[in-house]
Amino acid sequence: MKNSSGGKGSMSTASSITTWKADVVPVPDQFPAGLRVLVVDDDPTCLIILEKMLRNCSYDVTKCNRAETALLKLRENRNGFDIVISDVHMPDMDGFKLLEHIGLEMDLPVIMMSADDGKDVVMKGVTHGACDYLIKPVRIEALKNIWQHVVRKRKNEWKDLEQSGSVEEGDRQPKQSEDADYSSSVNEGNWKSSKKRKDDEDETEDRDDTSTLKKPRVVWSVELHQQFVAAVNQLGIDKAVPKKILELMNVPGLTRENVASHLQKYRLYLRRLSGVSPHSCNPNNSFMNPQDETFGPLSSVHGLDLQTLTATGQLPAQCLATLQAAVLGRSTAKSSIPMPLVNQRNIFSFENPKLRFGEGQQHVNNNNKQVNLLHGIPTTMESKQLTSLRHTSQSIGNVNMQVAPHGAQSSQNNSSLIEMGQPLSRVQILNDSTVPLSVGQPIVPNGIAANVSTRNGIPENIRAPGYNLVSQTSSILNFPMNHASELPVDSFSLRSTPGMSDHTSKECRHDIRRLSAFKLSSRQP
Amino acid sequence: MDRNRLHNQVASMRRSLFDQGYLDDQFIQLEELQDDTNPNFVQEVVTLFYNDSTRLIQNIEQALNSRPIDFCKLDDYMHQFKGSSSSIGAKKVTNECTAFREYCNAENAEGCIRSFQQVKQEHAILKRKLEVYLQTVRQASQTA
Repeated sequence: MKNSSGGKGSMSTASSITTWKADVVPVPDQFPAGLRVLVVDDDPTCLIILEKMLRNCSYDVTKCNRAETALLKLRENRNGFDIVISDVHMPDMDGFKLLEHIGLEMDLPVIMMSADDGKDVVMKGVTHGACDYLIKPVRIEALKNIWQHVVRKRKNEWKDLEQSGSVEEGDRQPKQSEDADYSSSVNEGNWKSSKKRKDDEDETEDRDDTSTLKKPRVVWSVELHQQFVAAVNQLGIDKAVPKKILELMNVPGLTRENVASHLQKYRLYLRRLSGVSPHSCNPNNSFMNPQDETFGPLSSVHGLDLQTLTATGQLPAQCLATLQAAVLGRSTAKSSIPMPLVNQRNIFSFENPKLRFGEGQQHVNNNNKQVNLLHGIPTTMESKQLTSLRHTSQSIGNVNMQVAPHGAQSSQNNSSLIEMGQPLSRVQILNDSTVPLSVGQPIVPNGIAANVSTRNGIPENIRAPGYNLVSQTSSILNFPMNHASELPVDSFSLRSTPGMSDHTSKECRHDIRRLSAFKLSSRQP
Repeated sequence: MDRNRLHNQVASMRRSLFDQGYLDDQFIQLEELQDDTNPNFVQEVVTLFYNDSTRLIQNIEQALNSRPIDFCKLDDYMHQFKGSSSSIGAKKVTNECTAFREYCNAENAEGCIRSFQQVKQEHAILKRKLEVYLQTVRQASQTA
């Protein structure tokens, strides 16, 4: 077991939501001594025996004879326990219900106990997520090894944290067309309850290319993606096949499979964007690299200084890229913007994201509160709107902040970025905001939803406000917002900051899906 | 001399409790938990068990006397009782509990009532035996 240090420590500081339990973990070299166990059993005889047994194992024991009390203790001190042992039959609350609560709220390993050794009951334990099931009477030998569950869980969590590194490939195949393909590597640990959620297939597959994970993954860096897009454009989106793209890209080490999966996501992204009217596509161009003069006139569409926003990293590069890709796709189809206008280099200006996700990683780590829940979600916001959003949104920009190359709006944008934990409803206040606000919406809901839902098991409670705001924004930006939030998921896995659990990302994706379902009802010419 | 006699007595009583099936391995677990920090652990647990089980027995009596008999509730009580008695290694008591639950599952009121008498009987027998045994243990440990 690792001591709380370095990465782990920064993980905990990285997000107030996901405080790394390792912070208060017992001294490693004495492990498993000092393991903090909460034992819950309404039978006083059993309880006292268990307590003594656990003490004899050198564990740090707290006993409860009621499930409610146990939950209270756990809630009061979220990081005060490493593992919970609970009886199945209890008068005030079914042990499985307690198990669910703990899994959802604290995500601690829970061992169930019962005198009942019937297969059904044991199975119930399994399906409810218990990490083990002990038959009473419990022997001390059975308790000696419970620490393995703690280690195992943490090991999995740590693995996920390590995965949240560079720009991910976004390898996950989108399940359905609607799937927001977030492959944001998240801190799965605290949100393991996400397994119980419907969106539990979107397991993060992001891999840090320096991680010790078995499968080597392609990191779709900015340049790489730009190369990809260039190849695709050259071939024509309809004719771009992985083999040819691979040839054009001419990147050593890149396999056809890498390209194929990336292309799949890209295609999905474009398809999703295809719902955008030609007009609405236009502003997307403005998402391109601000330095690109070609898109200057577009940059101020709807009064949004998209370029600046992009430049400052407010607009996740991936989003930008996808938007641009969409534009690109669209432009070939219906857009009045001629292809040449689309600067392929700029379509996916990963510059910021790269910084964000690549080097930004350390920033993320350093950012206590910022969980980059919604990577790739265009957060094109006017500075003033951003400012107003400051208090309501999770600051994705915190990550960006570190890397935003451009000065002016950076700090502002950063601070205005969504701050975690704020109820999304606050965003509604900014009703008069323009697109930027709405653009920011998905981030907020997603982020918050993710966090909130993760924490409280209340999914999607933030979505609505986002919708409200969205409706007020131009369709152009609405679309990207709605879709962009998914786009990155599609084409570019968003690396979520550590601290964002996998569950969070799943929730985000779920939220994004919902957002995207929101019709662009207020398309403005 | 006295001490040896007492210790021999303790050993013999203990052996007989196991041999006659009143106690099982779980009781040894309790004995092994007893240490310097909890020198009277076994006694404490046994006392706790008997206090708590009295309550359970009353509940079961009540449930058995009510008409119609709520077999679900009965089973629930007995489940608790069984868990409790098994945790101290009360082998015969636990076995009677298992028999009771079978009658309960079959919703055999007669069988339940009869079986419960057995449970109470074993429960009382063990209580007496343990009292004597633990008293002897105390005496033996107090002897110089």
